[in-house]
Amino acid sequence: MSEPNDAGGLAPEDKTSGHGAPDLGNEEPATRSSIIEKIDEDVPMGGLPGPGPTADVDTHEERTRLTDMPEEVAERDTHGGHASTTGISNNKLAMWLFLGSECLLFGGLISTYMLYRGRHSGSLGPDQIYDIPFTSVSSFVLLMSSLTMVLAVSAIGRGDVRNCKLWLVVTALLGATFVGGQAYEFTSFYREGLGFTTSLFSSSFYTLTGFHGVHVTVGIIMLLSLVGMIGKNRVPGDRAEVVELVGLYWHFVDIVWIVIFTLVYLIPA
Amino acid sequence: MAIIERPVPATTAPVVPAPITPSTSYGVYRRPVSSTGWKSWVFTVDHKKIGLMYGVAAMAFFVIGGMEALLIRAQLAGPDGKVLSASLYNEMFTMHGTTMIFLFAMPMAAAFGNYLLPLQLGARDVAFPRINAFGFWSFLFGGLFLYSSWLLGGAADGGWFMYAPNSSGAFSPTVGNSMWCLGLMITGIASQTGAINLIVTALNMRTKGMSLMRMPVLTWMVLVIQFLLVFAIPVITVALVLLLFQREFDATFFSVADGADPLLWQHLFWIFGHPEVYILILPSMGMVSEILPVFARKPLFGYPVVVFSGIAIGFMGWGVWAHHMFASGIGPVSVAVFAISTMVIAIPTGVKIVNWTLTMWGGKLRFTTAMLFAMGLVVEFTIGGLSGVTHSVAPSDTQQTDTYYIVAHFHYVLFGGAVLGFFAGFYYWWPKVFGKCLNEKLGKWNFWLMIIGLNMTFGPMHIIGLQGQPRRMYIWTEARAGEGFFNIGFWNAVASLGAFILATGVLMFLINVAYTRRRGVPSGLDPWDARTLEWMTTSPPKEHNFDSLPTVHALDEFFHRKYEDVGKGDTYDLQRVATAEEILAEQEANADHHIHLPSPSYWPIVLAFSLPIIAYGVIYSRFFSIVGVLILLLAVFGWAMEPSVAPDSDYDPHPEDDGEGPGTELATVGSEE
Repeated sequence: MSEPNDAGGLAPEDKTSGHGAPDLGNEEPATRSSIIEKIDEDVPMGGLPGPGPTADVDTHEERTRLTDMPEEVAERDTHGGHASTTGISNNKLAMWLFLGSECLLFGGLISTYMLYRGRHSGSLGPDQIYDIPFTSVSSFVLLMSSLTMVLAVSAIGRGDVRNCKLWLVVTALLGATFVGGQAYEFTSFYREGLGFTTSLFSSSFYTLTGFHGVHVTVGIIMLLSLVGMIGKNRVPGDRAEVVELVGLYWHFVDIVWIVIFTLVYLIPA
Repeated sequence: MAIIERPVPATTAPVVPAPITPSTSYGVYRRPVSSTGWKSWVFTVDHKKIGLMYGVAAMAFFVIGGMEALLIRAQLAGPDGKVLSASLYNEMFTMHGTTMIFLFAMPMAAAFGNYLLPLQLGARDVAFPRINAFGFWSFLFGGLFLYSSWLLGGAADGGWFMYAPNSSGAFSPTVGNSMWCLGLMITGIASQTGAINLIVTALNMRTKGMSLMRMPVLTWMVLVIQFLLVFAIPVITVALVLLLFQREFDATFFSVADGADPLLWQHLFWIFGHPEVYILILPSMGMVSEILPVFARKPLFGYPVVVFSGIAIGFMGWGVWAHHMFASGIGPVSVAVFAISTMVIAIPTGVKIVNWTLTMWGGKLRFTTAMLFAMGLVVEFTIGGLSGVTHSVAPSDTQQTDTYYIVAHFHYVLFGGAVLGFFAGFYYWWPKVFGKCLNEKLGKWNFWLMIIGLNMTFGPMHIIGLQGQPRRMYIWTEARAGEGFFNIGFWNAVASLGAFILATGVLMFLINVAYTRRRGVPSGLDPWDARTLEWMTTSPPKEHNFDSLPTVHALDEFFHRKYEDVGKGDTYDLQRVATAEEILAEQEANADHHIHLPSPSYWPIVLAFSLPIIAYGVIYSRFFSIVGVLILLLAVFGWAMEPSVAPDSDYDPHPEDDGEGPGTELATVGSEE
């Protein structure tokens, strides 16, 4: 999980970071802080001074810890991320833990669905009602959004803000297409008589796919907010990492959909 | 708060944070800057203040839950009890269990974890201070939301395990069970965020030299339970969502008439519920593992084994859930598998008990109150553990299911284990947190009343249970009480008397707290001759915890700085080489300059406040939900755009360094009053 953060960490847009400037203690302050100082002068930021040359040791960036780490780790983590004992930034570790717990959430919902998928009245079961070609297309759209997400992460890694924003917007649009497809699907099922309370199958189907749809929607909100915040330089901390973290969430939602699509749609009841 | 620009010097001088005048506002508002008064608590992100608030709130819920228990015991003291009606009795035992587990034990573990984990790791705060604050507020608001159901038509009445379909709308038409689902989702969010925060803290924020196998056992056990929480909370969330949808949106998950499987809830609940049991007990096991070595004046016997058995319990805790369901007809294969796994999980637990015993063996024991409580845990928890092993014998368990025997068992492990551990922790860490030791004489009263009360209350329940008195029955009758020694009437009376003795013991603790607050004398830096890092700072700790972050060279670092082994060969001869005061003075002499702590924030409490509003909306009106979601969005965006550490310009400029070294510069902070 190497992150090419150099550009992100030192680019002018990153100045809003409240975290200290790269702080390697007393070892090499001159070059780094002079770069930062220069940036400070270059870009006027309304009332939001960046980390000055006297960057302080804050709680997340303990100077002492850096000296304890392999050099490249220390090097990487000082670029606006968090110095940490493991070398993985706090935010990224937290995101992985969150996604781990999400696995159990979807695990529970999928189990419930698998238990109840066969419990329905005659003509309103999975085999009769699913429109596999339609859902395949929308699944494809969602999978493609993972590709565009990767392109966004890669762009911000190069410091290419314009392309990053572009790919983030494309990702959000693809995600919105998927959610739109799901809304259409739910509506057509409802018209065919499959209400939320119709049967055990319908309750568990709508709950599972609904939860997934909400996750995609939250992801879209995150993507669009990120575009706005990047545009206004309001991303706190390491911008490249924030994009990567949103990307992790987005890929997770995609992977869950692969499982759902396989178990719910493709396997005949 | 959080504004100390540089370490505060002396241990005796009052800590006066530097004055703050925010010169810039961020966006449309100014960050909260109070360092005193209620605002300094409400908007704080300091792990110590949050830990304290967790502790106070959990203690309040403990007292409330205890009163519910007393009402239950009053009802059952004699035949045909008249204190509570049948439905009120249902609400009472449901809320008693829910309160004690979700609103007392879990938050109390969070209190100890929050307060002590960074101190034991040598960190200045947790990894995500604002998430930490959010966790506390959502726990508190979730708890208050849950309790508001008493005023809104009746509390939940399905038992703390809330078996569906019994808890669905047809059988429980009041709002209670729906509010229970929503309230536990909110406290679940608190646990989940808190767990992620503490895991990242323990893995990522260790001071130099603090390898995993040098972490104190309390920190280890807290870390293990946070992993359990991260993976257990989503499972109960699924169960709660299903039940809520069943009750509020007429879903069919638990409608047996439509072909629903009544075991669905039981599986989902107990997959969460059994790890939950270890979530409740492991923190106390960690505390005892810290306290026994100190008062036995010996290192913990087999530290790695204690740690690994804790981790083993954490893993195996996921494979035993169906032993709660032996009577539900899950089939002989499942029963056999889960019976065996239940027997196996007793092994790491027994290993711990052996280690604690051998830690005390041959030690120079000092019988302080903290030590008494710790030893009490070892004894009482073992009793509870042994009755637990009897449950793994499935044929016997089938007889005991839903009788008072089960109640006796889990109160021995939860009261005799978790709660005694918390009290040991109170007495041990009180001087750390407040700078004063709790009174030992009152402490002894507290301990003996609680031990006697505990055994009088829960001991007879073994007999009552084996005689067949079912749980959750609101009356028993004289006609079926039995004869002689096994007369359940007699033993019910003993249990009820014991409950009130137990309550007197808890009252003693509260009196002790009040007494110590008024009359207590300062305890000094190291009243117990302790072993771990949290004692290497002032008591109470400074806002930034450590003036200079210690470098760790060994397990029990503080002890090894105080004592040196001068013995030859295999013989040990520990000589004191430094006092706590000297160690602290050395730290202060090498103090770090310009410590920036995370800044206070409005957003955690605002975000937490939106949750109960949304929850009320789910039950009463969509309007509330919309308002709640708007507040939530506002808070999320405010939070996302606010740097966790305020820019320098928000504070008074610090005086220029005059180059005279830390000692002289430090003095300016305290004198700016």
